[in-house]
Amino acid sequence: MAILLIADHDNKQLKAETGKVLTAAQAIGSDIHILVAGLQCRSVAEQAAQLSGVTRVLLADDTVYQHQLAENIAALVTELAKNNEYSHILTAATTTGKNFLPRVAALLDVAQISDIIAVESPDTFVRPVYAGNAIATVQSTDAVKVITVRASAFAAVATGNTATVETVTISKDSGVSRFISEELTKSERPELTAARVVISGGRGLQNGENFKLLEGIADKLNAAIGASRAAVDAGFVPNDMQVGQTGKIVAPELYIAVGISGAIQHLAGMKDSKVIVAINKDPEAPVFQVADYGLVADLFTALPELEALL
Amino acid sequence: MKILVPVKRVIDFNVKVRVKPDQSGVDLANVKMAMNPFCEIAVEEAVRLKEAGIASEVIVVSIGPAAVQEQLRTALALGADRAIHLQTEQSLDSLPIAKLLAKVVAEEQPQLVILGKQAIDSDNNQTGQMLAALTGMGQGTFASKVVVNDGKVQVTREIDGGLQTVELTLPAVVSTDLRLNEPRYASLPNIMKAKKKPLETKQAADYGVTLTSNVTTLKVAAPPVRKAGVKVESVAQLVDKLKHEAKVI
Repeated sequence: MAILLIADHDNKQLKAETGKVLTAAQAIGSDIHILVAGLQCRSVAEQAAQLSGVTRVLLADDTVYQHQLAENIAALVTELAKNNEYSHILTAATTTGKNFLPRVAALLDVAQISDIIAVESPDTFVRPVYAGNAIATVQSTDAVKVITVRASAFAAVATGNTATVETVTISKDSGVSRFISEELTKSERPELTAARVVISGGRGLQNGENFKLLEGIADKLNAAIGASRAAVDAGFVPNDMQVGQTGKIVAPELYIAVGISGAIQHLAGMKDSKVIVAINKDPEAPVFQVADYGLVADLFTALPELEALL
Repeated sequence: MKILVPVKRVIDFNVKVRVKPDQSGVDLANVKMAMNPFCEIAVEEAVRLKEAGIASEVIVVSIGPAAVQEQLRTALALGADRAIHLQTEQSLDSLPIAKLLAKVVAEEQPQLVILGKQAIDSDNNQTGQMLAALTGMGQGTFASKVVVNDGKVQVTREIDGGLQTVELTLPAVVSTDLRLNEPRYASLPNIMKAKKKPLETKQAADYGVTLTSNVTTLKVAAPPVRKAGVKVESVAQLVDKLKHEAKVI
């Protein structure tokens, strides 16, 4: 039986997460179909077709899928899965995947296994619970395994493939939900979950204005800028910058935590980074317990100095 | 209109979680328990809708052993009108929970179900979406703003990269994100009053729902411990280490 992977995209670009979920899919089986559902998104399907290991690309190009409404996408995926063609249905644990996939699981009357970080076998998976303070190994006997994948735990597959793109003409509109508007943060910087370097600020920055101190450094390192939940709760920066259990999970090559004490919930979002740097004036801050390099210093003097030295 | 708010009893978010030595799970003996933080936000939102004159009644529901009544009483003290306890000693997965909640929805006919986007123990982020699917309702997950108007609800959602607003036909399911509101604390008089509010206990097993799951937890292990590294003396030394030792810049 085949594996169905639902692509993450914005109707133009395939998101990097999809190539990583594909690695998880390859650890399960070899016949992998990618579904690209959206509007005027053929170019996304063509990008998906290049991913190594994909056997078929299914393109559902319809206005009802333009905004990835959970009700419509879930109905489409359930329809594709109804002939028991698929043993596994996977997608990235992004806000899009987390939105529609549990709906698919319920419609198929099976459990969903959320946010896996490893595949032990085609029916056994590893996932963090309690904000990463415990790691559970779970086994499923459901006929269809419905799974969201923590993309940052897997490397992306190579490209160079030429899978066929087939059109799917299933149009599902629930009629109960409607897209109104979208406000996306405009940024020239890489996305938090895809960046090689992430620099995050916490309550120590004192206000939103001071996040500018991180920008010069981020520019020099081509880094994404993140924040702790404390900084978001205090209203310094928007929630889409939040790194942590309740925000984004990142695992960059280099993570720089500035003015962040290191609450468990923040560490859960960044402790799989390759190298962690902490800058904090409190030498007892828990963040130093996970940092490869700790600098006890006042961030208001350390940050300009760091920017100058890069 | 009625609002139904499902809530979950979980380990208090301040407690340091410890894995049992036999790897059978997390040690919950003598550990402080509390209402899941996202559920508190859900209760708060429902109570605010009642205070604004939009909702007529706020019903809270929790599924689990007798101890969950503690969290139901907390919700009543925060302003909910009545509580339903579905009693079971079994630990249930999201799908059976969603199926039980779908039965409660059928009985109570709420126009809005507001619940937390995820519980901080299992970190599943599934129940609201599953409930919406089973009842055929629209869903507004990860809400940071909820506006009810004229048989519809507009939900502004926290998505990767920004915000998205959707409009749902009522009845609908809304799951809460952090910035939706800041929950109040229960006052002492309200805690006293909550003791007299109605709390009905029913047996989960009586609903004709399969309570077992096809997913088994084989083991629960402690995460690999990340070792603390070194303290550097200066920014210059830090840059030098990152360039020549870690080789990441």
